Amino acid sequence: MSATAGIAVHHHRDYTGSKIGMWLFLFTELLLFGGLFLLYSVYRAVHPEDFHHAAMELDKLVGTVNTLILLTSSLTMAVSIAAIHRARKGLSLVCLALTIGFALWFLVNKYFEWGAKFDHGIYPNSEILLQHSHGEILFFGLYFSMTGLHGLHVLIGAVVLFVVGIKLFKKPFETIEFDGRGLKQLTGARLAVVDERGGRLWSSDTIDDSVKAVEIRLKYHPVRKRVRKEDYAALENSGLYWHLVDLIWIFLFPLFYLIT
Amino acid sequence: MGNHAIAKNAAPPSFYETKRHPGIFAWIFSTDHKRIGLMYMMAMSFFFFVGAAFGILMRLELIAPGKQFMDPQTYNAFFTLHGVIMIFLFVIPGLSASLGNFLLPLQIGADDVAFPKLNLLSWWLFMSGGLLALSSLFTRGGPPDTGWTFYAPYSIRSGTSVSLATFAAFILGFSSVLTGLNFVTTIHRMRATGMGWFRMPLFSWALYATGWIQILATPVIGITLLLIIVERAFGIGVFDPAKGGDPILFQHLFWIYSHPAVYVMVLPAMGVISEIIPVYARRTIFGYKFIAYSSIAIAGVGSLVWGHHMFVSGQSYTAGVVFSLLTFLVAIPSAVKVFNWVATLYKGSIVIETPLLWAMSFIFLFSIGGLTGLMIGALAVDVHVHDTYFIVGHFHYTMFGGMGMAFFGALHHWFPKMFGRMYHKTTANIAWGLVFVGFNLVYFPMLILGWQGMPRRYYDYLPEYQPLHVLSTVGSWILVAGTVVLFVNLIRSLRTGEKAGRDPWGGTTLEWTVPSPPPLENFEEPPIVTRGPYDFGKVVGK
Repeated sequence: MSATAGIAVHHHRDYTGSKIGMWLFLFTELLLFGGLFLLYSVYRAVHPEDFHHAAMELDKLVGTVNTLILLTSSLTMAVSIAAIHRARKGLSLVCLALTIGFALWFLVNKYFEWGAKFDHGIYPNSEILLQHSHGEILFFGLYFSMTGLHGLHVLIGAVVLFVVGIKLFKKPFETIEFDGRGLKQLTGARLAVVDERGGRLWSSDTIDDSVKAVEIRLKYHPVRKRVRKEDYAALENSGLYWHLVDLIWIFLFPLFYLIT
Repeated sequence: MGNHAIAKNAAPPSFYETKRHPGIFAWIFSTDHKRIGLMYMMAMSFFFFVGAAFGILMRLELIAPGKQFMDPQTYNAFFTLHGVIMIFLFVIPGLSASLGNFLLPLQIGADDVAFPKLNLLSWWLFMSGGLLALSSLFTRGGPPDTGWTFYAPYSIRSGTSVSLATFAAFILGFSSVLTGLNFVTTIHRMRATGMGWFRMPLFSWALYATGWIQILATPVIGITLLLIIVERAFGIGVFDPAKGGDPILFQHLFWIYSHPAVYVMVLPAMGVISEIIPVYARRTIFGYKFIAYSSIAIAGVGSLVWGHHMFVSGQSYTAGVVFSLLTFLVAIPSAVKVFNWVATLYKGSIVIETPLLWAMSFIFLFSIGGLTGLMIGALAVDVHVHDTYFIVGHFHYTMFGGMGMAFFGALHHWFPKMFGRMYHKTTANIAWGLVFVGFNLVYFPMLILGWQGMPRRYYDYLPEYQPLHVLSTVGSWILVAGTVVLFVNLIRSLRTGEKAGRDPWGGTTLEWTVPSPPPLENFEEPPIVTRGPYDFGKVVGK
């Protein structure tokens, strides 16, 4: 039995490490938007009146609907993670699909919202916009770049969630490989498949130096006992990313739509 | 666990001999930190010579007043590309991405970094950014002419391919962030059993501080450069005074990153010096904890000094005073390091080898760079020398005299570890002498020129400046000759050098306990650390 324990240790994943990496990445995202928020705060301090007027031209209804959409998508994301913790893969996938659906809905709304602005001749460097005051030009410059960058993040988030969803869907197979150092522990041993009473169903030849790698493919069904932290790290991390995207919108919404 | 005996019989194959893919793919698809580190090193050395070529041509043009062989627009493009290439492609990734990748896991007793695939992605991003930057030379509109600082509003209006160059810098920044993130996580999670924070080698400490700066500062320049591109493409107006935008804000955002970035360049260099000096002084480093903490202090205070680049840009006088004070504060942790290195040498059993020569020249040149830095950190003096050759001289003394010397020293120190062979020592020493003399001849006249009022980035100058310009140009020939000798010697030694053992210098950190070159998984058994990194009791006893 001690040999089996030794094999399990060499499974090369670090749950905490991947969390640390993800949080560090989120810091960089915050600082990326931080530069834009800095510009916003300076220009709003310089042109409070113009920002007030320009904000009236934005469609509060669409903004509110989009806020609700993103908040709900964060809920479905959280439910999806909670579901996988409880080994309910089906529910988790459904919630993930809903989250992606909300993301797309958000982008569609954004498309029509921007489109309406373009129809009114309000887009960067347009003749109509250039007749406005400096503050209003800056407001729309920031509006398009900040919501644009945020929209890009929504799109990236949706793609990431889709990829993670596919991986989760395929999950029952798990490949464990032994090579280099991992293989040494197996030298001289045999691999065997045994039934519940220890009777041998199948066994391999002795593993010697000629063996370069051993690959074991395990198939399991997502029962609670088999769900380990490492298995949902990717889902949790993409969830963190999604919440960040949501959080940034929570700041963008009042700063652009509600300051009238 | 009865298999250990088998493993110990034969030396494991080195990482060069363990291939996952055939041919070139064994390198460009490898997630092994050692291969990635060496790939960075090769790419960077290439970019270094490209940047140096621009530099030496500029010096040649400046040998006499008036036009020699290039027109002013070409000259503008040359100083821009010299800066962009040297800073973004050589100095910033210089020590952390190349040697850091190779050494960090070895020094902390790990088999790789925390995210090996991400590490490979960083390299690919680095290469794409580098090639994009080079391609901006040949695209329509001509090479960018804004200077490496891309100051608005000129960078918005210039007809040259600024967008391409800034996008390249953005991608390079992304690569840098991912490397920093990877290293910080690696240091938190993968230190060997028994390696507490204060048993970590000082180069790894420096990489830790560097990693944090990369994570926290780089995204700011990322968004700033993106805004320049958006501004050029769509005219959103945030940096364009004609539409109410404020170019000073661009300078703030630019330097919020770009000043901390100089510590990304120089902290790993200081880490290298902290590794080299104890080995050749055969003495434990003096004030280990102070050196470790001073890296963090430099990273922290260094993030709050960006305004000293803008003393004459029209920021408030109060801001100027505060930034000046904070700038002086950075000198304290920097001086702590210098004093500790010197104290380490005191009463040491010094062995003069090439790496030590480089380390000594680092201390000397970096001190000149640091002290001139204090001069221009003072408000009144800066008004006098702002945008003159004094600045150019100062930052070449800190960057090239700092990071450059440390990079060459590190190359010679870890060359036997990386390639398993020793280089020709006399030739290496001659190369050092040429570089050291050439360096001072190029850059010291610049300090004097600047003090006399010669502005930087000027294509032409008054005749009375000529003698010093000639001196500087002649120095550039010696400097380049020295670097060529250096690289030729190292490249020849790859084949002809005698075999080096595990520990040719008598180093005590973990990387010297593994074979040279190391096997794929670095350590045969995960090491267990029981003492500090610089315990030379056994080495001296031999």
